[in-house]
Amino acid sequence: MKPTDTSNPDYFHKVVDCQWACPAHTDVPGYIRLIAQGRFSDAYMLNRKSNVFPAILGRVCDRPCEPACRRGRVEEKPVAICRLKRVAADNRGDITDRLPKIPATKNGKKVALVGAGCASLAVANDLMPLGYECVMFEALDRPGGLMWTNIPAFRLPPEVLQEEIDMILNMGVDLRLNTPIESMQALLAEDYDAVFVGTGAPKGKNLEIPGRYDDEAHVHIGIEWLESVAFGHIDKIGDRVLIIGVGNTAMDCCRTSLRLGAKDVKVMARKPRGFFKASDWELEDAEEENVEIVINHSPKEFVIEDGKLVGMNFDLMEYDIDDNGRITDTRSVGEEFFPCDDVVLAIGQDNAFPWIERDIGMEFDKWDVPVVDRRTHESTLKGVFFGGDAAFGPENIIWAVEHAHQSAISIHKHCHGEDVADRLPDGMSLATVKMGIHEWSYSNDYEGAERMIVPHVSLAERFKQLNIEVELGFDAEQAATEVERCLNCDIQTVFAAKLCIECDACVDICPVDCLTITANGSEEELRGRLQAPATNLEQDLYVSGELPQTQRVMVKDEDLCVHCGLCAERCPTGAWDMQEFSLFHPHLKDELSPDAPGKFRKYGT
Amino acid sequence: MSYISKPKVTHPGLPRNELGMTIREYEGGMSTLCAGCGHDSVTRALVQAAFELSIPPHRMAKLSGIGCSSKTPAYFLRQSHGFNSVHGRMPSVATGANAANRDLFFVGVSGDGDSLSIGLGQFAHAVRRNLNMLYVIENNGVYGLTKGQFSASADIGSTAKKGEENLQPPMDPCQLVISLGGSFVARSFSGDKEQLVPLLKAGLMHDGFAVVDVISPCVTFNDHEGSTKSYQYTRDHYHPAIFADYIPPSEEIRAQYDEGDAMPVTLHDGSQIVLRKADPDYDPGDVASAIEYLQRHRDAGEIVTGLLYIDEQKPEMHALNKSVAEPMSSLPFQRLCPGSGALKSLQDRFR
Ligand SMILES: Cc1cc2nc3c(=O)[nH]c(=O)nc-3n(C[C@H](O)[C@H](O)[C@H](O)COP(=O)(O)OP(=O)(O)OC[C@H]3O[C@@H](n4cnc5c(N)ncnc54)[C@H](O)[C@@H]3O)c2cc1C
Ligand SMILES: Cc1ncc(C[n+]2csc(CCOP(=O)(O)OP(=O)(O)O)c2C)c(N)n1
Ligand code: SF4
Ligand code: SF4
Ligand code: SF4
Ligand SMILES: [Mg+2]
Repeated sequence: MKPTDTSNPDYFHKVVDCQWACPAHTDVPGYIRLIAQGRFSDAYMLNRKSNVFPAILGRVCDRPCEPACRRGRVEEKPVAICRLKRVAADNRGDITDRLPKIPATKNGKKVALVGAGCASLAVANDLMPLGYECVMFEALDRPGGLMWTNIPAFRLPPEVLQEEIDMILNMGVDLRLNTPIESMQALLAEDYDAVFVGTGAPKGKNLEIPGRYDDEAHVHIGIEWLESVAFGHIDKIGDRVLIIGVGNTAMDCCRTSLRLGAKDVKVMARKPRGFFKASDWELEDAEEENVEIVINHSPKEFVIEDGKLVGMNFDLMEYDIDDNGRITDTRSVGEEFFPCDDVVLAIGQDNAFPWIERDIGMEFDKWDVPVVDRRTHESTLKGVFFGGDAAFGPENIIWAVEHAHQSAISIHKHCHGEDVADRLPDGMSLATVKMGIHEWSYSNDYEGAERMIVPHVSLAERFKQLNIEVELGFDAEQAATEVERCLNCDIQTVFAAKLCIECDACVDICPVDCLTITANGSEEELRGRLQAPATNLEQDLYVSGELPQTQRVMVKDEDLCVHCGLCAERCPTGAWDMQEFSLFHPHLKDELSPDAPGKFRKYGT
Repeated sequence: MSYISKPKVTHPGLPRNELGMTIREYEGGMSTLCAGCGHDSVTRALVQAAFELSIPPHRMAKLSGIGCSSKTPAYFLRQSHGFNSVHGRMPSVATGANAANRDLFFVGVSGDGDSLSIGLGQFAHAVRRNLNMLYVIENNGVYGLTKGQFSASADIGSTAKKGEENLQPPMDPCQLVISLGGSFVARSFSGDKEQLVPLLKAGLMHDGFAVVDVISPCVTFNDHEGSTKSYQYTRDHYHPAIFADYIPPSEEIRAQYDEGDAMPVTLHDGSQIVLRKADPDYDPGDVASAIEYLQRHRDAGEIVTGLLYIDEQKPEMHALNKSVAEPMSSLPFQRLCPGSGALKSLQDRFR
């Protein structure tokens, strides 16, 4: 193999599994260390820089970081990254004076933001400090989008949501509520320098099977129904409820039903477990509340008696599944009736843009959604940008935030006549964390504790009101232990081949056998003959240049390194060093300063 | 010295031996030696050898004298018996221990100072006794623990860290042991575990005194330009003469060996060592030719390594002394100490 090119920021970035997996590339180990030091406000601000809504996300983030977390490979469960974010948010002090300053003199550019969901809000967060005038149009009477209409208050308390929305609105955003935009053409005719579309994916999918419209009052579309609940228009439901679909929306629907008085709630899944769209933790929370998940039942028809819904018929499904876990064959082996009083359809969302004229020069694809550039977020109509669920279909808050950061850069470039595609690349810096012979500026000892479990409000208590937050958050002791479970993956093992005397000390000490000094070879072949075979192909091998004494190479399998630093401690020559990696992932403000990569600094370092 | 101990986590694919144990269960305490010391690699090689042989840790006794090398038994097989004796006196303590319980595996770890200076007399007689043990000399040409004075294995002309030259002739433990009638003599290098581990395994299974002289650089006091025991010098002058493959009794010899080059030696328990000669004219079963070969290559500045001499037929201490087959430590007191009557009748035989 060729020596690994560690000057490419992606190499060490990938080692920080959580940060790599986070769409906004939040510096997870960095903020966890700040929490460990009790520096909650610093931890909050480090989060806010990347993900804008730490208190919200510390409760409801989809957390793609956690399945990626190295700890989940080293032992069973990942670090409770999301819940630690909440610890930072819950314990922070007043950070008002640390929020971006808004210039009194504006820069003369005016941007229209359509929708007041997390995507538009995050765009405003990046544009306002530069003197932009942001006008935000919202069809409803409150800002927040699905975060308040759909994410139930028992997962995300309204005060928490409102506080972080206000941090942005208070920058001086011109928010116009109850103002649906009904024509893109008309909007474009106004004096805006750019338009950002953050209208989400507002259309809940329907289920066109017999009986669907025979008792409409008792068949609900999930996201519309949750919205009505949030508005207080709906405050009860029948005793027996069937939820169709087994994604995250279904989980919110079933748990909300229980709070509206349902006694028997079943989630009807077409496929077996393992094929569910809902996150494991959402399933767990629902099952804790005694929701029954019924697998292998495909909806067939609504059963109506005397104009009233009495139940549904389902096809009983059977699947052939191959060794790779893929379904190879499907058949119906019978039929089953489930009685119910109400049905909630939670089978997905679609984008819809009835308010965008099709003849204004904006290209739409075959699914009738606008063609949007993945990097710049620009549509084919110059100056019109899309982000959040409106851009590429329903995703989640953290993706919407990252779309917003990227869109803000594009909007700025567009407004200043620059090429939107000409953007700063990612960069990085590395700095040694050596403090003394065997001392590091991070806690390198391995914490053996298992993942802490967040305490919940008791089942008896939590259903009393619709808005009782179920999760209580970690107590101080739990947080103190959980932070130590983090393996500090950003503290990189950095190798200098020319210093190595091939004494084997590092190879001998490594607890997880990830180092090998051996003759070079092809990747496939090398992977098989390392100290321990490197079977996780998603994780890179770090291969050095030729070692001075024997011309062999040092190979590190990045897969299981626990970043204990022992290799560097036992190395007599400093050929291994532990160095803190800081990712430079440019935001709009970075685009403005010519020496941005060099200036980049983490909080706390 | 590290402040943290080696994390208890392991690679999930870690193999298990016949006892169902992983290599981690053969480790010891955290080393307090200098980072990069060759001795730590020898420690690791011993861990690997014991693991691969599936030796129950409580069936092993580790003994040593004084020196950095002699500290190492603390760093492997934490569940074994151990005795850290006086400087150079480990062979006597080992003799006593072995006399009392012949059923244990004995491993002695010593240094060039411990064995060739202060302890030379003890060492020589343990060789003659053919005490059944593995005796590892971690040879770095200096007294590491006392800050790098020349030892008896330092070469003429090699320099100390501050430039002082050594003028006295060196002792080669391998030549010495062969000439003293030793039964198993090997040399290796801490930086070459592929060679070292099979030699340690063979030494552990050999019935008699198995000496393994391991060049084990002192990274702090003897790894500089003028040293002849540095990592660089050892690699530059490395001359493997014989490769030894250890094959346990349960396995058949599967690898293909070229006729003439390969020489299988069967050990007392049925396991085998297959010697592969890098040099066809070398005979590891012949004292004179072995000594001649070692001297010739030493004169040429080469460090000859491998299993240099073996004679599996020489009787070890218990056979020489016709002692009882079972370990004395397990004999009933009455048999071990038959009383004054028995003593008197024994004495009567000499009157
Ligand atoms: C039930 C449910 C639960 C979810 N749970 C989570 C979760 O736990 N974690 C997570 O990360 N994500 C979750 N999501 C997804 C997440 O809510 C969305 O991905 C995210 O809100 C998208 O943000 P957005 O700003 O793009 O759009 P939205 O939040 O949908 O906001 C769009 C806003 O635009 C307004 N609007 C639309 N059209 C117009 C118009 N023409 N004129 C003016 N205003 C308009 C809408 O009223 C709305 O306020 C959930 C989604 C659902 C449905
Ligand atoms: C009776 C006695 N004499 C001298 C010493 C001082 N001393 C301690 S270690 C040592 C030499 C050790 O050298 P070596 O056996 O080569 O071990 P190394 O440290 O090099 O591994 C000496 C002379 C001692 N501890 N005891
Ligand atoms: S930091 Fe070094 S010793 Fe520790 S696990 Fe990683 S490679 Fe191994
Ligand atoms: S400890 Fe240092 S010098 Fe020794 S082999 Fe490892 S990297 Fe090389
Ligand atoms: S002084 Fe030399 S022999 Fe002793 S621990 Fe340090 S490197 Fe090893
Ligand atoms: Mg020595």
